[in-house]
Amino acid sequence: MDILVSLFYILIFPGILFLGVFSLATEFVDRKLHARLQNRIGPPWFQPLADFIKLAGKEDVVPDQADRTVFKLMPILAVTGSVTAFLYIPVWGTNALWAFPGDVVVVLYLLTIPTLTFFLGGWYSGSPYSLIGAARAITQLFAYEIPLFLSILAPALLADTWSLSEMAQFYARHPGYTPVNIVAFAVAVVALLGKLEKGPFDIPEAETEIVAGTFTEYSGRLLAMFRLALGIEMVVGASLIAAVFLPFGLGVGPVIGFVLYLAKVLFVVCLLSLLRTVLARLRIDQMISFCWKIVAPIAFLQLLVDLLAKGILHG
Amino acid sequence: MPDKVRVPIGPQHPALKEPESFLLTLVGEQITEMSVRLGYNHRGIEKACEGRTYVQDVYLIERVCGICSHSHSTAFVQAVEEIAGLEVPKRGLYIRTLVAELERVHSHLLWLGVAGHEIGFDTLLMYTWRDREVVMDLLALLTGNRVNYGMNTIGGVRRDIAEGQKQGILNAVDALESRTKYYIEVASQEVTLINRLSGVGVVSHEDAIRLGAVGPTGRASNVARDARKDDPYAVYADLDFKVITSDHNDVYGRTLVRVGELMESYKMIRQLVRNMPEGPVAVKAPRKIPAGEAVSRYEAPRGEDVHYVRANGTDKPERVKIRAPTLANVQCVAHMLKDRYLADLPIVIAAIDPCFSCTDRLIAVHGAGREPQTMDWEAVRRYGIEWYRARGTDFTDLNKKLRVKIA
Amino acid sequence: MKKPGKMLWEVLGSLLAKPATVNYPTVKVEMPENFRGKLAFHAEKCIGCKLCMRDCPTAAITIRKVGEKRFECEIDFSKCIYCAQCVDVCPKKALETTREFELAELARGKLKVLFDAPPAAEIQPEPPPPVKPA
Repeated sequence: MDILVSLFYILIFPGILFLGVFSLATEFVDRKLHARLQNRIGPPWFQPLADFIKLAGKEDVVPDQADRTVFKLMPILAVTGSVTAFLYIPVWGTNALWAFPGDVVVVLYLLTIPTLTFFLGGWYSGSPYSLIGAARAITQLFAYEIPLFLSILAPALLADTWSLSEMAQFYARHPGYTPVNIVAFAVAVVALLGKLEKGPFDIPEAETEIVAGTFTEYSGRLLAMFRLALGIEMVVGASLIAAVFLPFGLGVGPVIGFVLYLAKVLFVVCLLSLLRTVLARLRIDQMISFCWKIVAPIAFLQLLVDLLAKGILHG
Repeated sequence: MPDKVRVPIGPQHPALKEPESFLLTLVGEQITEMSVRLGYNHRGIEKACEGRTYVQDVYLIERVCGICSHSHSTAFVQAVEEIAGLEVPKRGLYIRTLVAELERVHSHLLWLGVAGHEIGFDTLLMYTWRDREVVMDLLALLTGNRVNYGMNTIGGVRRDIAEGQKQGILNAVDALESRTKYYIEVASQEVTLINRLSGVGVVSHEDAIRLGAVGPTGRASNVARDARKDDPYAVYADLDFKVITSDHNDVYGRTLVRVGELMESYKMIRQLVRNMPEGPVAVKAPRKIPAGEAVSRYEAPRGEDVHYVRANGTDKPERVKIRAPTLANVQCVAHMLKDRYLADLPIVIAAIDPCFSCTDRLIAVHGAGREPQTMDWEAVRRYGIEWYRARGTDFTDLNKKLRVKIA
Repeated sequence: MKKPGKMLWEVLGSLLAKPATVNYPTVKVEMPENFRGKLAFHAEKCIGCKLCMRDCPTAAITIRKVGEKRFECEIDFSKCIYCAQCVDVCPKKALETTREFELAELARGKLKVLFDAPPAAEIQPEPPPPVKPA
């Protein structure tokens, strides 16, 4: 019986099926909002689904110079990494499906796996464009990873726990401490843009410079899986931010809690979309200097603020 | 990471709107070498002109390029009118200049959008192209088409401007001017944009003159050359306008020059509409143009466009030669990208506003060590195959797919 | 003053404004008057001078005689560049431009349009010259 329940959780909800459908829905919201902000009509609601079906129905072309095993394995690893990270994030209750002390670090680590798969997939593609894209993806990882970690760990420090579920419970009990983390919220959104390779940080996939970067040689089902992985990563990242920084209405009950959860994720997605619309793409060196000279110090500042607040709380 | 990577940008590449080949050698993200190969858009237009009458050639020359179509057509027609000694009536010249300035507006707004797209700022692309629709609709109303206006004929213009259309033109210019002021604000305040455009594609004043940069590319390095002021044609001698230059020497300077030229164009369009004289719009041109030759210069949105026409008394020209502005500007690209980053390449190429359709004409180099030969089709094909084989191209894979074997 | 997100207010304003694009082909936009679209031939006005054929830059138009003062016109719209030089040069204004621009076809042959000559009955025969009294 337990096995069936676990399988249900993994495959259906909140597993692959739910995440897949939700990622298509958020991709639609993102593209529609992006279009409306640019004074255009935008795609119809079924566009991301149509794109996925179209890609899945096309032939997978594996280049001769590519390493076949790595090339075909990377998209699958990307999807699994993103989906697994979701299992530890509290959705509408204050308890994630499998919570344990230290799952904050596990979630952040699992979210790093898709970026590594982009790097490896691009590196072993054998094309100069994907080589440059892969190098950029891994360079970008060094820039946004520290701020992202710091911005999630600072509230964890204040809540005195390494478990996301306990963090959510702490902030649900002390809602007054949520505004202390407002700076970390901003840093987390910016770092998430870097992780998702969106907005001003879509450098590894810069269409006008290196065709499609790491995804240049991918086509067909493999590309469909990579794009699904990116979509799921957006949902997971947005859920993480919603769980850590927007802990309202947890424990209100499944239905209302679920609706609130959807609203929070859509709010974060809309923020990401807005940032993507009003900013031009940065160059890789500009991005690194921006992240290390401005974003990381701000994240450290937030860490100090949280330490102070913790002292006040316990003192 | 291998030391040097050879990356081909083109002939097919999302950064390029038209096919050209830039072969880069990269170390990491830095460009250490760059070789430029042109000629992918060569269509044999100059030869085709020799087999068609002057009337037919006006439309053929117009289709050298879609964005600067009126530039080429006017330059050609001016050269023929000079050979034939035709005096175009003032109203015809005013209408020609009006369409020329409207074309400059449409081209610069297009460029702003393309520049935005190349640096990943799609929002600027969408907004500038939305505003460009105002000028496209106006041109469709005045000339009958959104591009390739077909306004020129030898001896004047083909259509007249009705009184009722004048107010429409002024309204459109007012709307566009307020939008352009907003884009000037964006260009001078949006920090991500400035960071991508500043310090990129630098050409010093001396280098710009040495490499022969024309148009906004040269004017951004303070080379104050503008065919409208240096050698006024049409009614530019009667108009009051400034030549916009900048001393930034980089892509940001080119942006400022083009946006400044937009504002000057609005001024000029207003003057043209208000001062348009009455009268006929064309004189009747003879079918056979007497023998003679003429060189005609025109300030296209991209720079100085030079046409040479030689007539021999028949109804077909003997030789037509076109020197497009991009041919002069593309020499600067390799210089601009020396030791710069790959990420700067799209915007640097876009900043010279390349139009390779204009550029790819016949260039005959004399004294290069080989005598010119005439080859038939089979000989040309064999020459091409041997050329590629000598460079290491292996045809075995290709032979599997082709129906005609390459021996 | 340099700041990021300069276009923020503009883009937020666009959320409330009407989109600038239309949902073509459900919604169609009309071209202005005198737009140089597909050509139309009025056979009853044609006198067969073939000036249009001489001036066409691509030899897209062919005028053929099918009877006494009756001419048919075949225009290959895959060659026509819609310059309307034929319209300008026709002395009888037998050709005119329309506003139609949706000219795509699935077969190249369908782009060759034949405009039929007017039926024989429409052309009035010349009245016989009056017989001079001897």
